[in-house]
Amino acid sequence: MSDASVDPRFRRKPPRRPLRLSWSDERVRGIVYQVVVVALIGSVIYWLWSNTVHNLEVRRIATGFGFLQREAGLPIAEHLIPYDPTDTYLRALTVGVLNTLKVAVVGIVLATILGTIIGIARLSKNFLVSKIAAFYVEVIRDLPLLLQLLFWYTIMQGLPGPRQALNPVEGVFLSNRGLKLPWIIWEGAHTAALLACIAGIVLTWLYARQARAKQMADGQPRKIWPLAIALVIGLPILTWQAMGGPWDVDWPALRGFNFQGGTNMSPEFAALLIGLVTYTAGFIAEVVRAGILSVNSGQWEAAQALGLRHGSVLRLIVMPQALRVIIPPLTSNYLNLTKNSSLAVAIGYQDIVSIANTTLNQTGQAIEGIAIIMAVYLTISLSISLFMNWYNARIALVER
Amino acid sequence: MRPGPAGQGANGRDAVTATRRLNFLRLAGATAITAVLSLPALAQQPAAPSGTTIDAIRARGTLICGVNTGLAGFAQPDSQGVWRGFDADYCRAVAIALFNDASKVRFVPTTAQNRFTALQSGEVDMLSRNTTWTLSRDTSLGFDFTGINFYDGQGFMVKRSLGVNAARDLNGATICVQPGTTTEQNLTDWSRANNIRFQPVVIERLEEVVAAYVAGRCDAYTTDVSGLAATRSAQPRPADHVILPDVISKEPLGPLVRHGDQRFADLVRWVHFGLIGAEEFGITAANVEEATRTDARPEVQRMLGRNGDLGQMLGVDPAWMARIIRGLGNYGEIYARNLEPIGIPRGRNALWTTAGGLQYAPPFR
Ligand SMILES: N[C@@H](CCC(=O)N[C@@H](CS)C(=O)NCC(=O)O)C(=O)O
Repeated sequence: MSDASVDPRFRRKPPRRPLRLSWSDERVRGIVYQVVVVALIGSVIYWLWSNTVHNLEVRRIATGFGFLQREAGLPIAEHLIPYDPTDTYLRALTVGVLNTLKVAVVGIVLATILGTIIGIARLSKNFLVSKIAAFYVEVIRDLPLLLQLLFWYTIMQGLPGPRQALNPVEGVFLSNRGLKLPWIIWEGAHTAALLACIAGIVLTWLYARQARAKQMADGQPRKIWPLAIALVIGLPILTWQAMGGPWDVDWPALRGFNFQGGTNMSPEFAALLIGLVTYTAGFIAEVVRAGILSVNSGQWEAAQALGLRHGSVLRLIVMPQALRVIIPPLTSNYLNLTKNSSLAVAIGYQDIVSIANTTLNQTGQAIEGIAIIMAVYLTISLSISLFMNWYNARIALVER
Repeated sequence: MRPGPAGQGANGRDAVTATRRLNFLRLAGATAITAVLSLPALAQQPAAPSGTTIDAIRARGTLICGVNTGLAGFAQPDSQGVWRGFDADYCRAVAIALFNDASKVRFVPTTAQNRFTALQSGEVDMLSRNTTWTLSRDTSLGFDFTGINFYDGQGFMVKRSLGVNAARDLNGATICVQPGTTTEQNLTDWSRANNIRFQPVVIERLEEVVAAYVAGRCDAYTTDVSGLAATRSAQPRPADHVILPDVISKEPLGPLVRHGDQRFADLVRWVHFGLIGAEEFGITAANVEEATRTDARPEVQRMLGRNGDLGQMLGVDPAWMARIIRGLGNYGEIYARNLEPIGIPRGRNALWTTAGGLQYAPPFR
């Protein structure tokens, strides 16, 4: 769109009619209505607020966020950052937020993969495959999620105790205490290798962009993968080697009541993750199916007539169009998964709701506690929405 | 070209924004004025006056009593759906004082975690739900504890097959605990003081935390010893579980009400003392009728409402205590009926006057 194409008369300001102070002037009516509505809403909010404050006062219930700096004293089983019961409520709540994010992020990635596979399977020409996928979707979507979570948790608890733990491979133990895996003892060299890997990805991306620009200019395709492998895999390994190549493995071993060492995936996290992923995948499968079906079969035929290979048709013709249909409902499934993760309380995974509930129980400050929960979910949900909207805008068909 | 009012140039857009801003300013100004005007009117609104819990309960016709979600011996629905137990009987005693009718109670099951919000928000009138009296609950949470009807302490239960005999052997163990309890806080205090490391499993609902312990997710389950005994009695094979001898805290349990209504707090408090007092005087469900007529002890006469106006001071019928005892028995009878069958002995909850225990009632005067 360029301004040159606009009729110059449109650029002139429309003449402004003066406001008449009369009911018959629709603008006056509009203002009056708006003022009344805002005043009403404002009064209701004010009334609720003052009533609350008064009642808290009468009952001498503590208020304010001062409690955040007090010692929490509550035990937390899983934490991504160091945590001790002597830490503050603020830190305990932060641990809760991170636990929520952990299950949400891993859950969204896995649910997308599983959902896409099932969605495509449902379109398969193979009768058995498509019927199994359809059955999965129907069953999973019709059972309450809470029930499914409790089901998975019960299964986890049915595993043998630590002394009879399943030991399929050396160093791997599966018991009702969780899945124990060996883990390297993390050192500076590992952090450096990780950073090198990230740098490698960025450099590869830059190179690919340049290669594409050059291809546009001279029509010569350039191979990207040799450099990509060198940068993304070779560079980190060299870095790690250069720093001494430490490789000390922490093997889990049964000591006393439990396994010590290694890394652990708790039954609570596993049950929640499996429950959320399998449930949400059922919905995502339908979204993916609808997206693919929305692309007219003529597009396939036309693309094939142009001589494009199957993969290229999918990647260049079908997917960009299907994604336009897929992304918006996919976003709401991501939001659902995140919000559904609050069912964690039922099976003892300490997410933000669990920890905020305990905090408000111990401090008695229910309003502050609920406000914190709301703020956290709102922030996470808005971030997901914003990101998905940005992505949606990026992949939207650009009409030229 | 996209549809929409894109025909306007930059100037047109600026003008629109400017008008909008002006409108918004006007709107904001008007709102502010309206709000200021409505302030005094609203501020004079009488907020719920204090001291009316009893009136509200009477007007409603039922006492709403927060209890456990189901703990044998304390509060649990029987096969007919009737709540039975020590805590449930305390609710009934207050209902008899107010309505002369033990059935005028609505029992609301509360978890350890949501009980306080239920009481603060007025969803229940009182809690009778093995709740420990602590300083913060008595002050900043906004409650008044009305007495201690069960002196308890925190303990641990393990499976006999685990072969653990003392709490200090639990170093490195996984321990199941309910959130929102003094239990979880005591556990961390205890582990710190004794240098014991443990892995917590924190589950809100009682049945699920017990199920996790039974399934072997945890090596030990910790809560008030009374709760352990109740849970153990409900297991198919109670003898498979042992309650360790160590008691790591004091858990004085009792009913509680909201701050700001002394009359109701007084009533609940004296219902408890009345039950203790009756046992001290040997008044039981069986003999209360006769005692009311013939007992010559002045304090008994005052308590049973034949003399004086103690009932009136509390705002209830003079025969309140006589009726409670006729309906439910005295403290010892309530205890024996509910707690002894599940293997909780009287222990330190015996009367001070006759058995050197901790239960003791102030004078009825
Ligand atoms: N006395 C402790 C613990 C009370 C408590 O809730 N105990 C548990 C375990 S015995 C319970 O009664 N749960 C019953 C339920 O959640 O319904 C406190 O007041 O914090």
